Amino acid sequence: MTAASVDTGLKASSERGALARARLLRGLLPALSLALVLIAIAWLNPRAISYFGFSLMLNLAIPIALATIAQMFVIAGNELDLSIGTFVGFVGCVTATWLKDAPLIGVAILLGSIGVYALLGALIHLRNLPSIVVTLGMSFVWQGLAILVLPKPGGKAPDWLLAIMAFKPPLVPFPIIAALLIGLVVHFGLMRTSYGVILRGSGGNPAALGRAGWSLLKTKIVLFALAGLFGVLSGMALIGITTSADANIGNGYTLLAIAGVILGGGEFVGGRVSPIGAVLGALTLALAASPLLTFMHIPPDWQVAANGTILIIVLAARVLISRRER
Amino acid sequence: MPEGNADIIRLNGAAKHFGAVRALGGVDFHVGPGECVGLVGHNGAGKSTLMHMVAGTLTPDSGRIGVHGGSEDNYSVSRAQQLGIRCVFQELSLCPNLSVAENTRINHASLRGFGWRRKAAELIAAKLDEIFPGHSISASDIVGDLSIGRRQMVEVARAFTVTQDRLDLVILDEPTSSLDAHTAGQLLAFVRRFVAGGRSCILISHVLGEVLRNADRIVVMRDGKVVVAAAASAFDRDRLVTAMGGAEARQKAAAQVAAAKPEASPLRVRARPAAQKDGAELVARAGEIIGLAGLAGHGQTDLLLAIFAAASRARAGIEVTAPVALVAGDRQSDGIFPQWSIAQNIGIRSLARLRNGLLISPQREAELAGFWQKKIGIRTPDMNNNIFSLSGGNQQKALFARALGSDAEVVLMDDPMRGVDIGTKLEVYDLVREEARNGRTFLWYTTETEELDNCDHIYVFKNGRIVANLRRDELTEEKIIQSSFGDAA
Amino acid sequence: MVSVKALLGRPWIWSFLGAVLVWLATIVFTGGYGAGGMVTAALSLAVFTVIVGVGQMFVITLGPGNVDLSLPANIGLASAVAMKVMDGNDSMIAVGLLAALATGAAIGVVNYLLIWALRIPPIIATLSASFIIQSIDISYGRGLQIKPPPGFADFANSQVLGIPVLAVLTVLFTIGAAIALQRMIYGRSVLAIGQNIRAAWLAGVNVGRIRFLTYTLSGALGGIDGALLAGYFRGANVDIGNEYLLASIAVVVIGGTSVAGGKANVPGVWGAALFLVLLLTMLNTFGVSAGVRLLLTGLIIVGVITAAGGQKALR
Repeated sequence: MTAASVDTGLKASSERGALARARLLRGLLPALSLALVLIAIAWLNPRAISYFGFSLMLNLAIPIALATIAQMFVIAGNELDLSIGTFVGFVGCVTATWLKDAPLIGVAILLGSIGVYALLGALIHLRNLPSIVVTLGMSFVWQGLAILVLPKPGGKAPDWLLAIMAFKPPLVPFPIIAALLIGLVVHFGLMRTSYGVILRGSGGNPAALGRAGWSLLKTKIVLFALAGLFGVLSGMALIGITTSADANIGNGYTLLAIAGVILGGGEFVGGRVSPIGAVLGALTLALAASPLLTFMHIPPDWQVAANGTILIIVLAARVLISRRER
Repeated sequence: MPEGNADIIRLNGAAKHFGAVRALGGVDFHVGPGECVGLVGHNGAGKSTLMHMVAGTLTPDSGRIGVHGGSEDNYSVSRAQQLGIRCVFQELSLCPNLSVAENTRINHASLRGFGWRRKAAELIAAKLDEIFPGHSISASDIVGDLSIGRRQMVEVARAFTVTQDRLDLVILDEPTSSLDAHTAGQLLAFVRRFVAGGRSCILISHVLGEVLRNADRIVVMRDGKVVVAAAASAFDRDRLVTAMGGAEARQKAAAQVAAAKPEASPLRVRARPAAQKDGAELVARAGEIIGLAGLAGHGQTDLLLAIFAAASRARAGIEVTAPVALVAGDRQSDGIFPQWSIAQNIGIRSLARLRNGLLISPQREAELAGFWQKKIGIRTPDMNNNIFSLSGGNQQKALFARALGSDAEVVLMDDPMRGVDIGTKLEVYDLVREEARNGRTFLWYTTETEELDNCDHIYVFKNGRIVANLRRDELTEEKIIQSSFGDAA
Repeated sequence: MVSVKALLGRPWIWSFLGAVLVWLATIVFTGGYGAGGMVTAALSLAVFTVIVGVGQMFVITLGPGNVDLSLPANIGLASAVAMKVMDGNDSMIAVGLLAALATGAAIGVVNYLLIWALRIPPIIATLSASFIIQSIDISYGRGLQIKPPPGFADFANSQVLGIPVLAVLTVLFTIGAAIALQRMIYGRSVLAIGQNIRAAWLAGVNVGRIRFLTYTLSGALGGIDGALLAGYFRGANVDIGNEYLLASIAVVVIGGTSVAGGKANVPGVWGAALFLVLLLTMLNTFGVSAGVRLLLTGLIIVGVITAAGGQKALR
């Protein structure tokens, strides 16, 4: 009998070891994808791998990373936000107008929009609505509001925001430091704190969480409010870089953010997300989007196609690695 | 009355209706300190409803609940938790994306602030060590990576962890359904120690032996009412079965069934497990019932799935000569289509035969469903009702009807009787033997040794391999246990 | 009374009610002027949303995560291919339509291959594919004859007694789709997969083939839609399909199909498409600015789904 349990124990631990290795590798995949893109860039244009090169190439990485984190919070609760792109655009328009001209009103509008996100979370939970459709509708709302705030491209970012985004720290370029900071802060909040566990649990097994006495309404509100908060940060960061706004400026971010979360190892259901992975996914996309293509002398007609191809190649690599592990 | 002597919980005249269905009709139930109450009854007898009330997840339509001698007017889950009442529900309530320690945190609001991760890990690890010595589960394991048996171990251990709140009563609803004999024994031994320490348990199990051996008092339910409640010593197996109102306890009388089986009937399945090193393989001929035995999760299901896949696409090491159907054991994840009627759930495997020209004929579908409703005894007023209007046992019957009503000559059974009441079981056993006499082949994985009595031939599995091959007349429980735990690699 | 109740219990009825309400609001505003013409116009425009909506509906019914985001790019490319093959020549109309159909179907096949071979979520697969298709369209469509043959343009715009011929054909097509959904092995299999893909496999459903067929169908419908759009608007351009990404998803869900999968509704697609088109007509009639129009469209979609809500099985 003793021999038997030792034996099954050994078998169990080796089986679990394999699973743990698979998870480790899966966890490393976002980093490997990023490395792959970096190597390709270094090979095509060694001079790009420099302080100046990275500052330039990762120019838009901060807003993309923030939008990806926003999407990640929503996905952690088994929902999907199809409005984050137009929301970022709306925030951008407010930042370039109200926030500069009448900062108090601007802040109030932005806080209010985070409140709208929280309300959406509540609505989706209370009325048991499909988030895809609600946020699809909201994407029209944000776009409409953006056009009303700023009918023609223009406006100007507040000076303090321009100053922050133009920050040049020694040795390591600002976008890299910022991305690292974002990843670590969110990782701590979602993966290490005791309430972060509850938030992720609400995606893993909501019924069990409710039975243990936690409010699912509250978790959904918190997740959506966090998405709104990071959406606001993303829109502000974007305007800090581009200096002026346009109602359509964020439209591409919806799909970029979803792709970033998935590239970062997240899954659409089950509360399986990784903040650090999401940031790495966003960086990969930011690099793959245009710097890499410019270095490869891809004609403008085919740049979009190259984006798609890179997305496919990275995902294919991910499949190959995890399949071999299996 | 001093609190020490008061009942931990007492329900008087508890009643509950779901729509027109009476789930519970005025039940009196109590649990005293330091006793293990066994609760038995068929599926749909009202056990789960009663336990949900005790745990605070359901409120009764009428009746009173008292805890520790005081009356509770606003009884709820969190109130139950405060008062020291916990429940291990039948459906697993762990979050698969979280670690074992993080899942522990979910049940303890006080595990927070600096160092909560370490505290949670120590708490659950200590309890696992106490209940399941040698369990090899780490607090940092992600629950989704654990086998279903280990998940159940975590679930049970978690219910016994204590932080701020008191702990007086734990409800165990089918706690051993996914455990093998060894760990089930460990758990039941722990329950006895727990009760001896002055705390209490409610034990719900379809394995009547478990209840008879471990409960101090047994409560039998039928049709939403308590029919008998008496000291466990007043019961034996037969009396329990009679009280539950099931079919008569059956003798081991099936022995002669196999005797007349011709050796030379055509081959249906020849399969070798992927992990098999020697030449052993599973062989099934037309009209045979083949048992797959051994501890839970030792490759039986994997082999069934491989055979199922091989039926549609050729696969090395597996030969299947006839159409195959599978009866799932895990109904929710492998069997039921929740939005469909009973008839549609039965018809899905036979769509090609239900066609009239290009279109599926509703009439033929209804005929198929009606035929099997009678034959297998699915208890419902209308086969067009949603599948979830059925009790668990009847849902399982619908899955049997799906497989048996199809053109499949080979039927794979993936421990389909898990958590099914004994009346349903006996009806299905008879049907399986009848269908085998008509030439169908059954491959039957089961975790309940008694079910192997129905088989002509038994393969015992260990670590994904076949380690023993027994004819039915050679079969004894000792032999299976010997092979399951033996050193044979 | 009972039948009214049963009718109200059907999720698709709400989309038709919404469409009628919006229509009434508009003719009240115009004082009854143009009521009939509005219906004709709405039917003509709704056709294009219904065709892709039905394809999207089958895809979404396959279960959580299944969605075809490549439809806009697909429509764009197929319309260009159709116009090039027809080359302004009436005798080539049928060939052009077939070419558009084939282009769309090929895109569907590629979508499924990506999903299957790379095991990636359909959202990402169809998104990546749409990037590539877009580029092909841009580079292929440059300097191309983009006008449809006169016969084809006339056909796409033709009416009988104020009812667009395309609308009649599309109604016939949707009846066929409804029958396929409820009464054919294909439809049953889609519904089974959407409810529980593993159970469907274990119940003998050929999961791979059904998913392949569904993505191919959605692609083919996108292709034919592109050709018809180019005919109706008398020309093709790269952006011709853009609005159909959101529209195709919106009509499916407003029409009562469950985004959790396994439950689909064909009539609802028609109701929702008419509702959306009439809504835009109404806002245009009221003369609101683009910003307000978008804002109201969004609020109404959210409002409709909130009112009809509570039908979500999963997620």
